[in-house]
Amino acid sequence: MKPGHGEVLIAEGDVEVAEEEELLVEEFRRQLDQGMWAAVPERTTAGRREARMVKAFDEIPRDADRVIFFPRAAGGS
Amino acid sequence: MLLAVIAIGVVIVALLWDLVLPSLKEKVERYRARRAIIPGTSYDPGRERRAEQRARQLLKSCVNDEEWAMYRDLGFIRVWGAMARAPRRGRIGDDPRAGAPYAYLVYPHKPIVAYLPQTRELLNEYCVEFPDETRPYGSARLPDSDDVLAKWMALTGDERRLIATANMHLPGRQVDPKQVRRDLWRLGQWESERMRRTPRSPGEVTAP
Repeated sequence: MKPGHGEVLIAEGDVEVAEEEELLVEEFRRQLDQGMWAAVPERTTAGRREARMVKAFDEIPRDADRVIFFPRAAGGS
Repeated sequence: MLLAVIAIGVVIVALLWDLVLPSLKEKVERYRARRAIIPGTSYDPGRERRAEQRARQLLKSCVNDEEWAMYRDLGFIRVWGAMARAPRRGRIGDDPRAGAPYAYLVYPHKPIVAYLPQTRELLNEYCVEFPDETRPYGSARLPDSDDVLAKWMALTGDERRLIATANMHLPGRQVDPKQVRRDLWRLGQWESERMRRTPRSPGEVTAP
């Protein structure tokens, strides 16, 4: 998510392909280093949609189809 | 004689030069400033509209069907609170409301409002922002639907962390309580109408 852009594709790849997974890990780290939060939208067994906040690449479910990065929260006035 | 006239002329020119030069310089600078090309960080309504459209699509693809319809029709999303106890109201210690089901109203670029659905009592306002300090177009502000999605993800993904990050205030600091009560009434009407029209689907979110 970016001001003036909305959704921006940062990287894509298949985690089953080693090179692509490496690229995804690198990009994931870069985003977190920039201070972004990462979330994986998912559906619970009850059919309810919610997000899973992830802090490490290992925490992303292998079958996740996307990770959304957004600026970290800050207390507003 | 000629030499004296020339000398007087030079003195006059020198004096006039001192008087005229500053205003001349200023005029040249103003002209240059008017003609200068400023990098395009100005507000572009078309760009913002396109960004908002993309953000709406992303929001729609993430939230439950009911939540999306709620946002589309009413302009906010209700997110059920998942913590074991309802957030405390201010500094009240033994609050009988603790443990009651509670929910949040998520508005774009406004504080998150916590309330008790059973009584429609407003509990707190949580002021939170998601500023993008890279400011790609001069603004740190996400499109409206991205702001709602960020709040939704943070609330459903890690409610405790978001609430701990936010600045908590009593209701009415930024969001007019009358407006919130109107919105809750609208939400009730909207839900009644929706329940009448459509059978329950797996995508609907029910109170815990």
